[in-house]
Amino acid sequence: MNMPAMKTEPATAVRATTAAPVVTMTPKRPPRADKYIKVARETAARVVPPLIVLALGMLFWELVCRRAGSALPPPSRVFKETKELIFDPFFDHGGIDKGLFWHLSASLQRVALGYSLAAVAGIALGTLVGQSVWAMRGLDPIFQVLRTIPPLAWLPLSLAAFRDGQPSAIFVIFITSIWPIIINTAVGIRNIPQDYRNVAAVVQLNPLEFFWKIMIPAAAPYIFTGLRIGIGLSWLAIVAAEMLIGGVGIGFFIWDAWNSSHISEIILALFYVGIIGFVLDRLIAGLAKIVTRGTALN
Amino acid sequence: MQPYLKLDHIDKIFTRGNASTEVLKDINLTIEKGEYVSIIGHSGCGKSTLLNIVAGLTDPTMGCVLLENREVNSPGPDRAVVFQNHSLLPWLTVYENVRLGVDKVFSSSKTRAERDAWTMHNLNLVQMAHAKDKRPAEISGGMKQRVGIARALAMEPKVLLLDEPFGALDALTRAHLQDSVMALHQKLGNTILMITHDVDEAVLLSDRIVMMTNGPSARIGEVLDVPLARPRKRLELSTNAAYLKCRLRVLEFLYERHRFVEAA
Repeated sequence: MNMPAMKTEPATAVRATTAAPVVTMTPKRPPRADKYIKVARETAARVVPPLIVLALGMLFWELVCRRAGSALPPPSRVFKETKELIFDPFFDHGGIDKGLFWHLSASLQRVALGYSLAAVAGIALGTLVGQSVWAMRGLDPIFQVLRTIPPLAWLPLSLAAFRDGQPSAIFVIFITSIWPIIINTAVGIRNIPQDYRNVAAVVQLNPLEFFWKIMIPAAAPYIFTGLRIGIGLSWLAIVAAEMLIGGVGIGFFIWDAWNSSHISEIILALFYVGIIGFVLDRLIAGLAKIVTRGTALN
Repeated sequence: MQPYLKLDHIDKIFTRGNASTEVLKDINLTIEKGEYVSIIGHSGCGKSTLLNIVAGLTDPTMGCVLLENREVNSPGPDRAVVFQNHSLLPWLTVYENVRLGVDKVFSSSKTRAERDAWTMHNLNLVQMAHAKDKRPAEISGGMKQRVGIARALAMEPKVLLLDEPFGALDALTRAHLQDSVMALHQKLGNTILMITHDVDEAVLLSDRIVMMTNGPSARIGEVLDVPLARPRKRLELSTNAAYLKCRLRVLEFLYERHRFVEAA
């Protein structure tokens, strides 16, 4: 409550005069305009440098690729050739001739499903490995071997097992993103301070309550590290997997564009892939901040 | 009269590989209801181990702990612990930290509203109700320890176990908190077992002081009655003859007869 606001409120003013000894302390605040200027300045400090670098990069690219006979198109031509795709992402001419929105959403759906399964299974397995010495001795060496297998190496096997592209792609996402989730969760569970376990013992939490009230919040920072690595890996894997399984999806869109020599479309698709990967990462990071309330790491 | 809390011939031997260390040897102690007993000794003498055994967090190698004539060998809210480093859960607010125990202990005997009122009542007892929505990281060390005490008290323990509760605090905060604990003991009549290495603290707060010899194989060396009337006033006691005599006895025990042996 600042001073001008008090003047416009007669009730407050009256109370202030009748009950004179009660003085409400109103901390001095800088005027609103100052605050906006400050926020704008801070935003500019973060946004302007990458924009400048981007502009310089584009300029360099334009200069290198503008001469006739260059293998890759300059940004101006990329924009000219993909204008339709950029401004109309929602068209649907049947088959795989769809707008970019549909391709991206198909890929995102696969990632969402595979990644969610990996998150649930990964946290559960990670908790088991972190909590039980015997589970760790039995499972950890196997995990350490399996996690080094490249995502695409799983694809033929999963195609053989599922006999369909869709579940195979989801399985590849699952198997790619589960390892960092398992390993980080296990480390987080193993690092729960003995103090918290003692508190739980004195209060007599049962195993389920211990899991929800102590383990998950105490290990949350580690779990979210795993989840962030996992989402990055699954977005990396989906593009490669879709190139092979075909159908609607940003991966096959890129492969299709390459087969029809539409280099500009590839560049546009890469741009979208990068932006979405970045957004997914920020999303998990934001979720971590909300869930751990910024206090889990004290 | 049957003793309220009884430590009966407790031995504790830690074994690691082939090496085994006897930490505690033949500890016998009885504590009456409402009594405030301190255990004092040099660091490493096994007093924290002893407290953990009473709390049920560590099993004794031999002997047992009897509470109201029943053997206790697992942790429980009837022997609530105030930990040295407060051990508040950082992702919960002050209120939620206390409520966690309240919800477990009174899950069937109190309604939701009663549990809320009981949580607030205990926060009020330690004068921390004003910070109920703060997180542990946002309050001072002394305040955290107050919340730790509230959490333990809220479980209505039969015995309150204090593990060097003021050890990590500065002298002024410590004195303030000691006064609070004294007032609470006066008001609620809890049975309290406290670990400490501070002679003044032990004499000021306790009805009896249990002095432990140095480890390994630490024993109870001497038990001193503190014949000071309650309520006790810190300033008045500083010149009180009985107080000074008790203090001297403990100091003699610790620094003459059982001097701390470096790296024993």
